[in-house]
Amino acid sequence: MQLKRVVVTGIGAITPIGNNLEEYWNGLINGVSGADYIKQFDCSKFKTRFACELKNFDPTQFLDKKEARKLDRFTQTALVVSDQAVQDAGINTTTMNADRIGVIFSSGIGGLITFQQEVVEFAKGDGTPRFNPFFIPKMILDIAAGHISMRHGLRGPNYAVVSACASSTHAIMDAFNLIRLGKADIILAGGSESVVSEAGVGGFNAMKALSERNDSPATASRPFDKDRDGFVMGEGAGMLVLEDLDHALARGARIYCEIGGAGATADAHHITAPHPEGLGAKNVMLATLSDAGLKADDIDYINVHGTSTPLGDMAEVKAIQAVFGEHAYDINISSTKSMTGHLLGAAGVIEAIACVMSVVHDIVPPTINHFTDDPELDARLNFTFGQAQKRTVNAALSNTFGFGGHNASLIVKKYVA
Amino acid sequence: MSDIATRVKKIIVDKLGVDEAEVTNEASFTNDLGADSLDTVELIMEFEKEFNISIPDEQAETITTVGQAIAYLEEHAK
Repeated sequence: MQLKRVVVTGIGAITPIGNNLEEYWNGLINGVSGADYIKQFDCSKFKTRFACELKNFDPTQFLDKKEARKLDRFTQTALVVSDQAVQDAGINTTTMNADRIGVIFSSGIGGLITFQQEVVEFAKGDGTPRFNPFFIPKMILDIAAGHISMRHGLRGPNYAVVSACASSTHAIMDAFNLIRLGKADIILAGGSESVVSEAGVGGFNAMKALSERNDSPATASRPFDKDRDGFVMGEGAGMLVLEDLDHALARGARIYCEIGGAGATADAHHITAPHPEGLGAKNVMLATLSDAGLKADDIDYINVHGTSTPLGDMAEVKAIQAVFGEHAYDINISSTKSMTGHLLGAAGVIEAIACVMSVVHDIVPPTINHFTDDPELDARLNFTFGQAQKRTVNAALSNTFGFGGHNASLIVKKYVA
Repeated sequence: MSDIATRVKKIIVDKLGVDEAEVTNEASFTNDLGADSLDTVELIMEFEKEFNISIPDEQAETITTVGQAIAYLEEHAK
C-alpha cells in the first residue's frame, strides 16, 4: 500500500510569549521570556513562585460566559487554538466531508485545576458528597478533543493521547499515521496544558523538578547552562492541521511544510529520570529518521526537549551526539523552553510549530539565558545561544520526553512538489 | 417578588447564562431556558448551597420550572 504524504495546512497557538501564531513566532525569534511571578494563585508559601503564564487571556473573548464556566482552562485554550487553526487552514464543513476530519488532542494532565477545586470544596464539608455534575466532564483529559469536535462539527477520528510531556508529539504522530493510512483527510492535532495551580506547582516542586530561582524568573529557564536548576512551568496550547497532500492540493490549500516522519520509544528505566546515556532518546531519533527516510546529515535544526534540568539536558545531548556524530556540530540545536517555559503536554506541539516556522522562514529560534558554559557539554555544539540564527532549514527534528520514560520525535521538512 | 424568588432567579441567570426577562415562573429549565440534564442537577445543588438545605432526589426531580423551584424553597428554606 502506498502511504499518503501529509502536510501542515494550518496552525494555532496560544503561549506565554504570544496569543496567536504571529505573536508566538515573533516572541521566539526575538528571544522573549514568558516567565514572571505567578498570578493565578497565592504562591507565597511555595518553593517556586514564578511560571510562564498566559498573558491577557480572557476566555470570554472567545466563548460565551455560560460555556466558559463549564470548561477547564486547558479546554478553553484548546478551543482558542482550534478556532485559529480551523480559520488558518480554511476548513469549511459545508464544502468538505466532516466525517473525514478528525481531532487528536492531548494534554499531559488534563483538568487538574478543576480537580483541585472540587476536592477542596468537598474537603471543607462534613463528608456529604456534593460534587458538581460538571466536575468529571470538565476535568477528563479527552474532553478538549470532544469539545473541539462539537464546536467545529468534525466527525472523524476523535480522541486524546497521554504520555506526560511527550503527549502532543504522540498526538501529531497518530494524526500523521492515520492520514498516511488513508483513514482521514484532515486531522487537527495538538495539545493544551494549564496546571499553574497549588496542586500543579506543589506537585512538581515536591519532585524537585522546578527551578527555584525566585529572584530572577526571566532567566530561570536556562537549558544547557552550567547553573540550570530545573524547568519553569508553562501553560498554553497549540494545534497543527495535518492534511493528506492530495486533499490539500485539490482544494488549493496553503502548505506550510511536510511531515517527514515520527517515532516513539520508551526508556524502560525510571519514572522520572532519563536513561543516563539517553538510550530511549537516541532510539527515538533513529526511529524518526528511519520513518522519514532521511539520513542524520539531512537534519539542520533540532528543537530539543531541553527542559533545563541537570540530568535531562545532559542525557539528550549524549543521545544527539550518538545519533549525529560529526554532523552534530553542523546542526543548530535550541531549546525554545528557555523562552516559553515547559508547557508539559502542550510542549510537543508548540515546539513542532517552532520547527515548522523555522523550516518556512529559514530562521532558528535561540536558546536564551546562557550565562556559564557547562564543562560537561561539548563546546563545539551550536546551541544557538542568545540570538536567533539564519540558516537554510530543510528539515527540523523535535524531541519530547515524558515522565514514565515515553519518548516521541517528529521531523518536519520543506514541502517540495 | 419575594427575597427567595430574587435569589433563585439570580442563580438561574448566572448558571444558565439567560436573560433575566426569560426567567418567568412558568419557564421550564430544559424546554425554555436551554438547560441540559447536567445543568438541572447543578441548579439544584446551587439552590441547596444558597439556602443551606438538602433537597432529596425524588423531590429534585419534580422541580422543573422556575416557579416550582421558588415554591419548594419558600416552603423548605430555613
